[in-house]
Amino acid sequence: MDDIVRMEHVTFTYPATDVKESFNALNDLTLSIEKGSFVAVIGQNGSGKSTMAKLVNALLLPGEGTVWVNGYDTRDEAHLWDVRQSAGMVFQNPDNQIVSSIVEDDVAFGPENLGVEPAEIRRRVDEALEAVGMTAFRKNAPHLLSGGQKQRIAIAGAIAMRPQCIVFDEPTAMLDPKGRKEVMRIIRQLHAEGITCILITHFMEEAAQADRIVILNDGRIYMDGTPREIFTDRDSLMALGLDVPMAVDLSYQLHDLGVDLPAGIVEEEELIEALCPSK
Amino acid sequence: MIRDITLGQYYPGDSILHRLDPRIKILATLAYIILLFIVNEWIGFAACFVFLAVEVALSKVPLSYILRGLKVIFLVILFTFVLNLFMYDGEVLVRIWKLTITDQGLKRALFMAGRLILLIISSSILTFTTTPIQLTNGLERLMKPLSKIGVPSHEIAMMMSIALRFIPTLLDETDKIMKAQQARGADFESGNILHRAKQMIPILVPLFISAFRIAQDMALAMEARCYHGGQGRTSMTEMRFRRRDYITAVILLLFAAGIITLRVLI
Repeated sequence: MDDIVRMEHVTFTYPATDVKESFNALNDLTLSIEKGSFVAVIGQNGSGKSTMAKLVNALLLPGEGTVWVNGYDTRDEAHLWDVRQSAGMVFQNPDNQIVSSIVEDDVAFGPENLGVEPAEIRRRVDEALEAVGMTAFRKNAPHLLSGGQKQRIAIAGAIAMRPQCIVFDEPTAMLDPKGRKEVMRIIRQLHAEGITCILITHFMEEAAQADRIVILNDGRIYMDGTPREIFTDRDSLMALGLDVPMAVDLSYQLHDLGVDLPAGIVEEEELIEALCPSK
Repeated sequence: MIRDITLGQYYPGDSILHRLDPRIKILATLAYIILLFIVNEWIGFAACFVFLAVEVALSKVPLSYILRGLKVIFLVILFTFVLNLFMYDGEVLVRIWKLTITDQGLKRALFMAGRLILLIISSSILTFTTTPIQLTNGLERLMKPLSKIGVPSHEIAMMMSIALRFIPTLLDETDKIMKAQQARGADFESGNILHRAKQMIPILVPLFISAFRIAQDMALAMEARCYHGGQGRTSMTEMRFRRRDYITAVILLLFAAGIITLRVLI
């Protein structure tokens, strides 16, 4: 059994406030994430995506059920730092997660907290900055960088802790298209290097790049499968008010108009290939 | 306008001053400021001036950049100068109505203004050549003995460095809020001071709310990266006194001894 994250019958309830009644963000959720996989989690606002992300990092603890990360129960305080070291986290707002006013000092923040030896921190910081292609900016002030660059710094900060798994909580939501592409390229690269990536996103094109898509609705798993399995079931997605990637949508519409297309087209390239074969 | 403030900003570089240990730089700046107030004769003053001039030259920070920092406090300097000018008895140089300028007054005024200028330049040299992180790390180390008597030195240093980090972010936020309100007809430019101050209230409220939101996000991000206070924390930049730091210390001691001797002798 090689699961990096295992959630068993997890229920999480946000307590009532003055303006809101208490509600269950997650309802009896059971989910396993295999080591080295790339899983996209999608769902509407309030579907429990972000809550799930925070449970993986022990920023929230399950009300009922158990979350296992890298073999540690997240409720076990003795292993709290092991859990957080194993599962790094990148948040949505690039500005609010950068601690230091110098890029390389920020990347060093995590390893410093872990009490790593200074020479080793130096090595990790250099490697992490290299991995996200930000070495040239290591002495810069983060607030002068673009959103995409800041998000890459945040990713480097997570990498420097040598996690086995990184949870990306809508990392591209506040970026321009260029920044979004940069961040996605790095996520794919990290996955190729063997880090488990959990990507929470609103963008179907991004989710399509994962090995597996989990769709949450009302704190439960609504669909779970490969991008191909998920996107070919367009009606279920539409029922939730979710979009499908452009290529899928277009091939459906063409199909309805009587164009003969193979089923299960997800990527733009596949559609192009199906419409105008290159040979 | 706010962006013009160079005071307290870091100027990236690789000069000998940039490479000095932050602890020695903090102590040297403190010592220099104290010496500035010990000096009371032209010769000592000239020595302080030369000392700082060498420092500026060594730092390789452009002079224009340094002087820009003075612009902000120009009024304070002027005020100090004028105030001192009329305050002392002595040989009368100029008499304007009931106010007299004496030779003593002129000397004191020049000294006071000069002290302020040198003080500001010397402390800006410290911040120009030391990253906020080094600065706070240095302060943390210097304050470490105090943590034995219950001073939370790590927490103070962390708070300072985060505050420095968020100055630009909060400035952006203020700008955004002001623009949003101007777009809806708010007027921040006309009216007297009282009126304008009142106009600022609708900016402060959303600014505070967003500052709290940022703080919450930040705390979460720090926790996610295993922050748990100063205990067991290491630092990427090791602080070790090197030869250049010892040499600096010796030069500084000689300089201080010289200034104090001057004061005693004259």
